[in-house]
Amino acid sequence: MRRWLFAPRTGGFLVFLVLAVALPFVLPNAFFLDVAILALFNASICVGLNLLIGYAGQISLGHAGFLGIGAYASAILTGTFGWPAPLALAAGAAASGLLAFAVARPILRLRGHYLAMATLGLGVIVSIVANTERELTGGPDGMAVEPLSFAGFVVEGEAAWYWLALVLLAATVWLTINLVDSPLGRGLRAVHGSEVAARACGVDTDRYKVIAFTVSAVYASVVGSLGAHYVGFITPADAGFMRSVEYVTMVVLGGMASTFGAVVGAVILTALPQLLSSFQDYEHLVFGLILMLTMIFLPRGVVPSCAALFRRRRAP
Amino acid sequence: MGVEFLQFLLSGLTVGATYALVGLGFWIIHTACGVINFAQGEFVMLGGMATAAFLGLGMPLPVAIMLALAVAVVAGLLLERLAVEPTRNGSVVTLIIITIGASIFFRGLVQVVLDKDFHPLPAFSGEEPILIGGAAVMPQSLWVVGATAAVVLGLWLFFEHSLHGKAVRAAAANLLAARLCGIRVRFVLLLSFGMSALLGAIAGVLIAPISATYYEVGIMLGLKGFCAAMLGGLRSGWGPVVGGLVLGVVEAMGAGYLASAYKDAVAFVIILLVLMFMPRGLLGRGARSERV
Repeated sequence: MRRWLFAPRTGGFLVFLVLAVALPFVLPNAFFLDVAILALFNASICVGLNLLIGYAGQISLGHAGFLGIGAYASAILTGTFGWPAPLALAAGAAASGLLAFAVARPILRLRGHYLAMATLGLGVIVSIVANTERELTGGPDGMAVEPLSFAGFVVEGEAAWYWLALVLLAATVWLTINLVDSPLGRGLRAVHGSEVAARACGVDTDRYKVIAFTVSAVYASVVGSLGAHYVGFITPADAGFMRSVEYVTMVVLGGMASTFGAVVGAVILTALPQLLSSFQDYEHLVFGLILMLTMIFLPRGVVPSCAALFRRRRAP
Repeated sequence: MGVEFLQFLLSGLTVGATYALVGLGFWIIHTACGVINFAQGEFVMLGGMATAAFLGLGMPLPVAIMLALAVAVVAGLLLERLAVEPTRNGSVVTLIIITIGASIFFRGLVQVVLDKDFHPLPAFSGEEPILIGGAAVMPQSLWVVGATAAVVLGLWLFFEHSLHGKAVRAAAANLLAARLCGIRVRFVLLLSFGMSALLGAIAGVLIAPISATYYEVGIMLGLKGFCAAMLGGLRSGWGPVVGGLVLGVVEAMGAGYLASAYKDAVAFVIILLVLMFMPRGLLGRGARSERV
């Protein structure tokens, strides 16, 4: 029991849970809670994306596209067609999963910049469609989304949303850290280490990459649906290229191949623009600068770099 | 029908020429150090915006353009020296994030130092359309195509027939061997960033009279240039040129005959299809690209 409790995997998860549960009681007001909810949502996406980027070593510059599919599916199906919210969410997730599964095999054969280009194209196409199909999506102005309701129960208020987002994140983190230690996770890491060697050892590399891509797309879609219900409004920019870049940045900044790194990266990069908004016009300038400096001085990401520092200190 | 086709073809070639210039910028840096510079689009924006700013100060157009190109080149050199050089051994993803950070920084800088407005530049030689086979062509289009042709010729001469150009190609082929032959690799990197910034800024100055310039103009142009480079393949300098022209023409045809609302999507649909079925680009062959 003790060993189980102090293992980095489970212990880290418990520390994370305790911190997250305590957080709403120390936050001074609803504004901070709002930022915290967005951070939790982004963290869920990044944990999934980290499977693909950190573990399998494949980049995706189009994940906001899947988020957009989920968000618009929820918005249109509940708003225009009157579907129940969970069904709309499931439909969006299924659509994202199917699309990801269908394109994954030809796309993930590509490497490096070619893969970056292909995934980028996929995401940009989704946002262009959202921009153009005005009658369905409201075009560039975006569209309002109904509040999340299920069997007569409506999720309302920051507190309720915080717990919902936290449950979602805890579930994704728990699922992911177990996935990473399963044969699937070892397969993914083998793909990252050397695809040729992995294949020579009998690892079906294509299959593992397709799984990572599809799983991360479904995560993004579910978060997209919930996030749209929470914010109550979506625009094509939510599915755009810059948003995809933000998610990749969160993963890389937090630390690749570290599930908690992805969480930390998401929290930092969600909170930072809010703090920087007091700089007003200088916001982008400072944000770009921080991004560059972090990658120059902590190229492995915040969490792995700090962990290495900590370990070196402790060693005699 | 024939005239319409010619009209679309000519406007496609004009836009395609700017894509080719931006794509060549991607290609030069990728050749020299294997980095895809996601700040490439910002050089395009810097070229246009700086020209507009210098014009606003009352300078004549040629002086403003020269100064703007200089500004972009300095930005490119600083980017290489301050951000890319310290992380030369970083992974591809790290470098991608750094250049993305740089592009956000440049956008933020222009937004603060200049403004967020649209700035149309005056056409270089009048607004009187010229008729070619019944199709109307703006003189600015001729400037765009002509200047692009001149730049491509200049680049070809540089890479094939000058010592510095050969040094860049040697460094691209094998960094260590090039260094052993006495080539200053650091200088090659600096040179490639400067040249690529210059190309981007030239594209920005040329296209600004046609489609106005503002601080976010670089995002889409950068992505299209990246498309052009990937479409043609990065194995030789002809890749981005062919890719850019093909992209521009197909885009103009798609917008003209199919759905103009989906003009921007055409490029990305093509690139997806090409990457799925011809993963090395139209002109590409040889080794697969490196992994992330």
